[in-house]
Amino acid sequence: MAIVYKKPSTLTDATLSYCPGCTHGIIQKLVAETIEELGIDGITIGVAPVGCSVTAYDYYTCDMVQAAHGRAPAVATGLKRSLPDNVVFTYQGDGDLAAIGTAETVHAATRGENITVIFVNNAIYGMTGGQMAPTTLPGQVTQTTPYGRDPKVAGWPVHVCEMLATLDGPAYLERVTVCDIPNIRKAKAAIKKAFQAQLAGKGFSMVEVVSTCPTNWGLTPVEALDWLKDNMLPYYPLGVYKDKTGEGEN
Amino acid sequence: MKGNEALAEAAIRAGCRHYFGYPITPQTEIAAYMAKRMPKVGGTFLQAESEVAAINMVLGAAAAGVRAMTSSSSPGISLKSEGISYIAACDLPCLIVDVMRGGPGLGGIQPSQADYWQVTRGLGHGDKQLLVFAPSTVQEMVDTVFNAYHKADTYRIPAVILADGMLGQMMEPVSFPDEDKAEAIEKPWATNGHKGKRTHNIVNSLLLKPEQLEQTVFERAKRYEQVKQNEQLWEEYRMEDATLAVVAYGASARIAMNAIDAARESGLQVGLIRPISLWPFPEKAIEAAAGKVQGFLCVEMSMGQMIEDVRLVVSGRKPVAFYGRTGGIIPTPDEVLCEIKKLMGGER
Repeated sequence: MAIVYKKPSTLTDATLSYCPGCTHGIIQKLVAETIEELGIDGITIGVAPVGCSVTAYDYYTCDMVQAAHGRAPAVATGLKRSLPDNVVFTYQGDGDLAAIGTAETVHAATRGENITVIFVNNAIYGMTGGQMAPTTLPGQVTQTTPYGRDPKVAGWPVHVCEMLATLDGPAYLERVTVCDIPNIRKAKAAIKKAFQAQLAGKGFSMVEVVSTCPTNWGLTPVEALDWLKDNMLPYYPLGVYKDKTGEGEN
Repeated sequence: MKGNEALAEAAIRAGCRHYFGYPITPQTEIAAYMAKRMPKVGGTFLQAESEVAAINMVLGAAAAGVRAMTSSSSPGISLKSEGISYIAACDLPCLIVDVMRGGPGLGGIQPSQADYWQVTRGLGHGDKQLLVFAPSTVQEMVDTVFNAYHKADTYRIPAVILADGMLGQMMEPVSFPDEDKAEAIEKPWATNGHKGKRTHNIVNSLLLKPEQLEQTVFERAKRYEQVKQNEQLWEEYRMEDATLAVVAYGASARIAMNAIDAARESGLQVGLIRPISLWPFPEKAIEAAAGKVQGFLCVEMSMGQMIEDVRLVVSGRKPVAFYGRTGGIIPTPDEVLCEIKKLMGGER
């Protein structure tokens, strides 16, 4: 019998800790496929965040470091500066990357730190049970915005790609989603391009993946995908926000 | 050579090629020196966006298996406490330098020793310890750097050098040990890419199962016990026939020595115990003295912090007195002499 599909060799056999319908599994697999296809498992070091994907260090076969909440880009900086010929990536959620770790994110980007950041934006804190995230939409109900996020009280969401695109440091910034097959394919291409940018020494690359949290959104997995398309994508438009990967020799 | 610069040069000679820091007085000479020297020796100097980022960069570099370093002063060290707890929990060796200034809060920028509790007790959450060294001369700053890296690598415990603005700014002649004296220790646990030759390494401090976390803390505590047995460092001065033991470290010890010499001229039998390692605290020295002297006098540039460790060992057997100045005031030898005379019943 012909094998038509298999798990990438760069994922361990550990059981994933994610809820049914959560898109973390898809995104982590896309990263693992990229590492496999580029043949870089032996030289890659991943940095896991604090949040639902905190145990990512158990899922990848490459070397892994688990960072404090929001500090993954700083930890990745220390790794990359010590091991410039290795590949270093972080995998972070919205609370980690755009709230408690905003300074680390912005400054790694503006330094043009030659690392790759995979940013999973599902507009909520999943691990702690569904509190408001920096990317929670206006009006969105969460545990800490029980009457819906009121920007007059809780402030406005952060548009990370748009914000980082104002800086000179980043080489590549793209926002993708994994809500259907065509978009999963695009997400894969973006993640691969981000890793290739690092391999070519182009500098900071980040892929923001608009994602779901059925459990804390209080929706079924299918409803969550529809909610993402109807509410998240208009607010967080997909596309390339910066691409200097084709520029000059580095 | 200035204390801060001597310390920086010593770190480079001990094999440190990765420095991450954030500007704060009175230790900026270390960063400035590193900024100048690191590019010449193929190393990395990086001015981070914050103390928090700097210590996490040290975590990343230490995980990669290199000798990394950061330096700061009291309020900046407070900010690093999160990262230091993680570094200790990940069993990563590194060097952290605290050139103390007066506190609390923004405090002042003059020399102080009010970080004793912060560094020996409070630097980060959880059951953990740090190796803490307190040099008292510029030469000792240099020697301590080599020792601190060596012990940190040996025991996989982060090391802190606790200095103060006075030592950092002081000029004294120094000689540097040979670079090959910096012994390389294998780091098979480093996350530097498995290259297909081993299974993946994980540097992690999350242990969700209580039994597993307790066991890990127990194992680390065994290592701490070894350190307490083997690594207590101190120096004694004129203690042979002393009936009063002054206990002081760092800059305070230098002042105390002058006071002791003057007291000896008046025929007072007083000596000095100078802790060099603050953790492990030199309990052996205090224990031995407790059986011989009639009392202790702790001299610190704080409201009295190290004195708690002295009292723990003395355990009520002998009186333990205190003299300190704080807020950036350096006590004079005369003040200390006056205190010695008060305790020993001599003329004032």
